[in-house]
Amino acid sequence: MDIGFIVVQSLSGLASASALFIIASGLTLVFGVTRIVNFAHGSFYMLGAYIAVTVVPWLLEIDRSPTLFFVGVLISAIAVGVLGVLMELLLLRRLYKVPELFQLLATFGVVLMVQDAVLKIWGPVDIPGPRAPGLRHGVEILGQRFPAYELFLIVIGPAVLGLLWLLMHRTRFGILIRAATRDREMVGALGVNQAMLFTGTLFLGAALAGLGGALQIPRVSASSQMDLSIITEAFVVTVIGGMGSVPGAFLAAVLIGQLQAFGVLVFPKITLVLVFLLMAVVLVVKPWGLLGRPEAAAGRAALPEGILSIRAFGVPERIIAGLAIAAMLAVPVFGDTYMVKVATEVLIFALAAFSLNFLVGNGGIVSFGHAAYFGLGAYAAGLLVTKGGLPMEPALVAAPIAGAAFAALFGFFVVRLSGIYLAMLTLAFAQIAYAVCFQWVEVTGGDNGVVGVWPSAWASSRHVYHYVVAICAILAIIALRRVVYAPFGATLRAARDSEQRADAIGIDVRTHRWLAFTLAGGAAGLAGGLYAFSKGSIDPTLLAIPLSVDFLAMILLGGIQTVMGAVAGAAAFHTIKDIFMPLTDFWRFLLGASIIALVLIFPRGLGGAFAALRGRA
Amino acid sequence: MTLLSVERLNKKFGGVVAANDVTFALAAGEMLAIIGPNGAGKSTTFNMVGGQLRPDTGRVVLAGQDITGQPPRQICRMGVGRTFQVAQTFLSMSVAGNVQMALIAHHGRTRDVVADAAALYRAEALALLARVGMDGEADRPIGELAYGDVKRVELAIALAAAPRLLLMDEPTAGMAPRERAALMKLTADIARGSGIGVLFTEHDMDAVFAHADRILVLVRGEVIAEGTPEQVRANPEVQRVYLGTSGHKAALRARRAAHG
Repeated sequence: MDIGFIVVQSLSGLASASALFIIASGLTLVFGVTRIVNFAHGSFYMLGAYIAVTVVPWLLEIDRSPTLFFVGVLISAIAVGVLGVLMELLLLRRLYKVPELFQLLATFGVVLMVQDAVLKIWGPVDIPGPRAPGLRHGVEILGQRFPAYELFLIVIGPAVLGLLWLLMHRTRFGILIRAATRDREMVGALGVNQAMLFTGTLFLGAALAGLGGALQIPRVSASSQMDLSIITEAFVVTVIGGMGSVPGAFLAAVLIGQLQAFGVLVFPKITLVLVFLLMAVVLVVKPWGLLGRPEAAAGRAALPEGILSIRAFGVPERIIAGLAIAAMLAVPVFGDTYMVKVATEVLIFALAAFSLNFLVGNGGIVSFGHAAYFGLGAYAAGLLVTKGGLPMEPALVAAPIAGAAFAALFGFFVVRLSGIYLAMLTLAFAQIAYAVCFQWVEVTGGDNGVVGVWPSAWASSRHVYHYVVAICAILAIIALRRVVYAPFGATLRAARDSEQRADAIGIDVRTHRWLAFTLAGGAAGLAGGLYAFSKGSIDPTLLAIPLSVDFLAMILLGGIQTVMGAVAGAAAFHTIKDIFMPLTDFWRFLLGASIIALVLIFPRGLGGAFAALRGRA
Repeated sequence: MTLLSVERLNKKFGGVVAANDVTFALAAGEMLAIIGPNGAGKSTTFNMVGGQLRPDTGRVVLAGQDITGQPPRQICRMGVGRTFQVAQTFLSMSVAGNVQMALIAHHGRTRDVVADAAALYRAEALALLARVGMDGEADRPIGELAYGDVKRVELAIALAAAPRLLLMDEPTAGMAPRERAALMKLTADIARGSGIGVLFTEHDMDAVFAHADRILVLVRGEVIAEGTPEQVRANPEVQRVYLGTSGHKAALRARRAAHG
């Protein structure tokens, strides 16, 4: 490897780092002030690119000058900034006091809505952007050609860092941002107009995302998938750098840019994995990121968000549960094949959602990547049958074991963290699992997955397989419910309510959370294995973020404060999805809007409504 | 008989000496108060005994066993119960549920996935609640109780592990004066009745001088006096640096009255 090649590789890493930093700096600023992790930041980036590919060619029609190109880029950034202001006024303002899980879900609702809006406005075809006038040539560096635009990007990252530094240290607005990042309550107590500060911060943060997107148009086409891919990278950068720290984001972006530039030479297939591994290592060694600051310990006693009083089933609950089980068992007798398929899937998702609420509602462990264990169970079962030549029965035993094994491995790191950092780490691990299944084509079939995952001959009819699923899922839910009521479940709730008190009465909080994570992973793995045989195939969407969000939406709809809410939520969610998704081109828009509506006006879900009815009766 | 022996504990935070050769001993059934102005190192010393902080040097010995640097959960299992300056309870549980949880932990059954937690150790929990006068409230959510009552329940939680030593960090902070006296009397009766040693920090001098058997005075991380309330009250050095600072004390009183 000659020196020129290494230099050019490193420069291209720096160019990516610059672009990444501009985006991540906006995310970290917004988090610092509002304490909200804004999933929609990736949508702002995408909108920046789409607006730029619309506005810039129009400006270049007038005159092909570099000035007009950058005017177009700035216009796009400002337009996105205005959208950020709208989001703050209409949504975020109502979210500052709600629990983290709800904040994450609501901003993810915006992501879903923007995705469909972009498809409607700009269509499904990727739109290539114009190249920047004056920067279209290549530069000779140590015998290698290097694009001038990339060199320009390398300069613009530090320039943005410098401007942000000036803003943060020389203007009142910037000083308030820093003060609010340190101690939000104190800034409020000092009589600062917080509403203006938050709105201004959202403008700045969204404009930075829009700038990042607009600057990308000479390099990549605007496409409707760019939001989720960039948001995970931006998350990783902010988490590694320390949430709220702009210099930390810069440092992390440079690290990741170099890791990707050289990682691609050594392990071409697993660059994504390298990035997430870096994040996992940093979080374990420095849980608050490289330049982050520990969250001030919350001394206040607040009621936890989750399962509160658990009551044994009364007569009405017994009747409802009995009817539900009877209905599920009766579907193959009365329903057609399609109904049986839907009922089978409802049972499977009920188990997956129940296992997630075992963590979220019961343990206060907000997992944003629960689909990973579902998907890994599905892959374990699917690969054993298709590549391993095993029949269904041992494969269905292997599925929960695989889910539990990976949950134990990832959970070992996850339980060292709490709150938003924990949620981000679960997301990162889910993305690692996704990346491996996506990129390891020889074994997993990559994007296409593997087909031919069929049940054994005796269970090959939909009707019989429905009973296989019903028995497994219902027994697993009953068993897991028992654990919620058992001392182990109570211990998890105790640790959630007060970690300090739990520690002082002799509970090893970390180990118990790890065991819970493993158990929930096993249950999700079983659900995944059952799902693989129901669909007859496996593919990477089974571990992807959208499925994790579906699970979260199910428990949200069901109500995370009740034990059985997750089951009702899964049934309702899947039925609604199954009925409405084929009827509309705007399923994601509707889903996003529904999630936001749930968070804002119906946060206790179906379970909460039922409990309220029971309480009144 | 010496229950707790603290030997030459040192702790520095950067350049600040929070504890300098702090040494004292505590007998079973004895109430020992640590007092001192703000920033004297009371909480530091306290947290080194309770396991929340690891000392730079020195030893903490409980009934002959070295417990220096053990995590709080380990120290709990060796027979140390603890209450916090701001009461720490399990807010989602009932009063009895809180004590039952402590009993479940004490009996090592936290990994039991079969039994019904709501029925486990219920009678024992009610007996402990009766000791602190809270058995009448057993089935109320703990979040509904007045703060003074929460503190009593916290005492019952600490007693669930059948401790030999109770650590109480400002047990009466945030309570009304009458509640304070009642809680201190209750604690003293339980300690003497069951032979439990009590180590507590306290800002309320009335509580200290009324209930402590011995008092340890810390100033800037150093023990400047130790003895019975009478001895400490008569100690000229203590009067100079602590009790004599009448302005400081009056300010404290005023603050407490305002927040009480």
